[in-house]
Amino acid sequence: MNTRETQPSKLIKGATGDWEVVVGMEIHAQVTSKAKLFSGASAEYGGEPNNHVSLVDAAMPGMLPVINEECVKQAIRTGLGLQAKINLRSVFDRKNYFYPDLPQGYQISQYKHPIVGEGEVIVDVTPTERITVGIERLHLEQDAGKSIHDLSATESHVDLNRSGVALMEIVSKPDIRSAEEARAYVSKLRTILRYIGSCDGNMEQGSLRADVNVSVRKPGAPFGTRCEIKNVNSIRFIGQAIEVEARRQIGILEDGGAIAQETRLFDPGKGETRSMRSKEEAHDYRYFPDPDLLPLEFDQPYVDALKAELPELPDDKRARFVADYGLPPYDAGVLVAERASADFFEEAAKGRDAKLVANWVINELFGRLNKEGLDITRSPVSAQAIGAIVDLISEGVISGKIGKDVFEIVWREGGDPRAIVETRGLKQVTDTGAIEKAIDEIIAANPDKVAQAKAKPTMLGWFVGQVMKATGGKANPQAVNELLKSRLGV
Amino acid sequence: MKHEKTLGSNERNAFMSDPTHLSLAEARDALVSKKLSAVELTRAHVEAIEKARALNAFITETPEPALAAARDSDARIARGEARPLEGLPLGIKDLYCTKGVRTTAGSRILDDFTPTYESTVSANLWRDGALMLGKLNLDEFAMGSSNETSAFGPVVSPWRRKKGEGFDEARIVPGGSSGGSSAAVAARLALGATATDTGGSIRQPAAFTGTVGIKPTYGRCSRWGIVAFASSLDQAGPITRTVRDAAIMLRSMAGHDPKDTTSVDAPVPDYEAAVGASVKGRRIGIPKEYRIGGGAEINALWDQGVAWLRDAGAEIVEISLPHTRYALPAYYIIAPAEASSNLARYDGVRYGLREKGRDIVDMFEKTRAKGFGAEVRRRVMIGAYVLSHGYYDAYYVRAQKIRSLIKRDFDEAFAAGVDAVLTPATPSTAFAQGEKGAADPVEMYLNDIFTVTVNMAGLPGIAVPGGLGADGLPLGLQLIGRPFDEATLFSLAAALESAAPKIEFPQPWWTKAK
Repeated sequence: MNTRETQPSKLIKGATGDWEVVVGMEIHAQVTSKAKLFSGASAEYGGEPNNHVSLVDAAMPGMLPVINEECVKQAIRTGLGLQAKINLRSVFDRKNYFYPDLPQGYQISQYKHPIVGEGEVIVDVTPTERITVGIERLHLEQDAGKSIHDLSATESHVDLNRSGVALMEIVSKPDIRSAEEARAYVSKLRTILRYIGSCDGNMEQGSLRADVNVSVRKPGAPFGTRCEIKNVNSIRFIGQAIEVEARRQIGILEDGGAIAQETRLFDPGKGETRSMRSKEEAHDYRYFPDPDLLPLEFDQPYVDALKAELPELPDDKRARFVADYGLPPYDAGVLVAERASADFFEEAAKGRDAKLVANWVINELFGRLNKEGLDITRSPVSAQAIGAIVDLISEGVISGKIGKDVFEIVWREGGDPRAIVETRGLKQVTDTGAIEKAIDEIIAANPDKVAQAKAKPTMLGWFVGQVMKATGGKANPQAVNELLKSRLGV
Repeated sequence: MKHEKTLGSNERNAFMSDPTHLSLAEARDALVSKKLSAVELTRAHVEAIEKARALNAFITETPEPALAAARDSDARIARGEARPLEGLPLGIKDLYCTKGVRTTAGSRILDDFTPTYESTVSANLWRDGALMLGKLNLDEFAMGSSNETSAFGPVVSPWRRKKGEGFDEARIVPGGSSGGSSAAVAARLALGATATDTGGSIRQPAAFTGTVGIKPTYGRCSRWGIVAFASSLDQAGPITRTVRDAAIMLRSMAGHDPKDTTSVDAPVPDYEAAVGASVKGRRIGIPKEYRIGGGAEINALWDQGVAWLRDAGAEIVEISLPHTRYALPAYYIIAPAEASSNLARYDGVRYGLREKGRDIVDMFEKTRAKGFGAEVRRRVMIGAYVLSHGYYDAYYVRAQKIRSLIKRDFDEAFAAGVDAVLTPATPSTAFAQGEKGAADPVEMYLNDIFTVTVNMAGLPGIAVPGGLGADGLPLGLQLIGRPFDEATLFSLAAALESAAPKIEFPQPWWTKAK
């Protein structure tokens, strides 16, 4: 199981030396589907409590589950996206436990024979570090309902809208070695799911939740005892939970204690994890194959047909961006993180200098979108507008600096960049006559600076600035430079 | 045709004065030929039910809707639009969910639960024109072989033991779990009844009451809307007074249902056409391992059954089903395991009984402790135990292996050319209330010794009356068929029925004035 070599840069310093954190994750991803996993009821988020509930979801007597084929297809598509083995035969099991929001008294899940087996996810942790996280399995299961405790002082209420909604549980191998890697892994997984369209990845609505298994060890030692942190619902919290849990465990071990295997909860407010239940209190789920459902079977052509319909996946797209557009791999990775961003980039880059376009999209556009908290699909600046700005710069019509001003105008007011440059007189001055005139005036007005510049050529910058100021920033900086050099003789 | 033979013209007048004496087929023909109206037929049954409350066969009687449906049927018959079961009054085992009619599963835990939906099988019967007289008593959640575990009290069989020239006082059980169904049909309170069979719950009560009961192949009938006991074993089927009636009812009950993925999409043959068909040359297997399970009396009847089939032209061959003796122990692992999970939904949260508790766990525990009877609690505990960590492989997995071996035994017999297997249906005639199982539940479980193998293998099995024992109570034979070959079972069962002495159902000693 020890799939990765220890990397000194990832180690956590403790009082007794360095520690390595080992993380494995179980991601619960809600399957994008109109209907629930075993009933025809709507799987839509929200709605009045108990409005999306069929007789099956409420576990009325005599009700039987019928598998929703679309959910099966989504699981297969996802498995293909994880480069995983698709099991042509899988089995649904019952996981038995009592809880008010679990109407059947069991969750239908897949225990011994999941629909998807081993796979892998390639994760770019930093611009220079790429890791591979192994996937242990992916299986389909039902979500539970929701208990609501704050409507009454004496009673709890149950909303079954989510009861029976399809989830994919994606289990990683213990291949993650830092909070940063964990965050990058979840981001990448989310990207893959969103590309495939099998999960919207919306963590605020609970469409993506993580159970995080954390243990620590001295480098080279066997895996330590792990604790499972349940239901962490944001990428940021996943990172925080791992950090505080690793610290907690190191503290216990360094004090001579031992880690108790248990389930814990992360409290983001207090920045700590706390015990939920110990191993001794763990449920005996009494798994057994669900006799209401036949084993799930399909053939290889069924899988192949789904594979043929898959969109280009992020890793392939990234490789293509590197090969076809000559982008640095990390930049390509940033662009493909969302399918919409990648599409935006490709639209803007059509027939243009792709590297320049990529810079504009990543630095100007993404920067601004992040600042305003906007999604690429809601960008006020279209791909065509970015393309036009890049064109204006490439053609020498405007400088890069003016380009940013144009971007700002389009962001706030909209409009066509070329027309804006025209009507607002933002065109770059390349007419050497006009530039020379400005230079002459500045030289005449500043004889002392001219003397200084001859002695110290770095003074040239001051003159460039003055010329640009005099021309309202529209002078072609290259032309200004050359003219100044010859006039000042430097 | 057989019903023509049994319905002589002298008898006809007598029957018409009391139409509860008609078979389902006879009643159907009488309605279509307008010798009888559906309202007359239904009213006669409603009155019989009212007078038979001492038998406790019904948990819920629905006379008004029955009569309303009968009026509709008469109108349809008048228009010449009669459907296959038009106007025929039936009883429905109270394990079938019936829209707008309280459904109890014989348990206190469902309280006054009234489904908003109709089970597929009962809906199929109504689609074909049948009507419901009420909901029939049963062992709680179909767990029992004597109908003594019902929260609504035991059902009394219309049959009594002979004592000298008269009858013994002892209350005889009608078998279980479909005891309300078998008693109601034997007492002529319904032309036929639905039942369910998980380990013998159709065939054993049929055998105890001199009626016919068929458990079809697993997947032949939809389980949707029938309260689940053990999902991989449960099947719906009819209990009737004749083989032909069972064939007629099953044809309507059976069929594929997309709401039950274990139901099979295969055409439903005209089973009635198989009744009376020649059985010449049919090869009947006699499993030697079944010789040990019953008493001398049932073994003698078994030999008699062999002779009857041989006389009808069938070929008799001895076969071996070597894993038979493991069937009952394996069944009592698999069925409780599934039941422990199936019954988890009765938790007091959404419907049925709820007992107040300190907290949610206390509420669960109090509700289930009060709502479930002793036998159900026992099986839920056995089931939870055999599925629990560390015991699963030793019990559940091994039981499933035995199940595969039992199925393979039958597969091999059929592959060797056997068309059906003849066995006794029960080890003995019916016993009296309180006589069995009080000290040791296994004593009661042994009732299923000849029937559980059939559920374990998913095969069709039919119980047919063979005659009366020395105590004057009925004895039954069982025929086991190839998967989905119910038609052959009906042919063979009809041959036995013709050869066996005609069952005279008891005169209504239970009748009380209204």
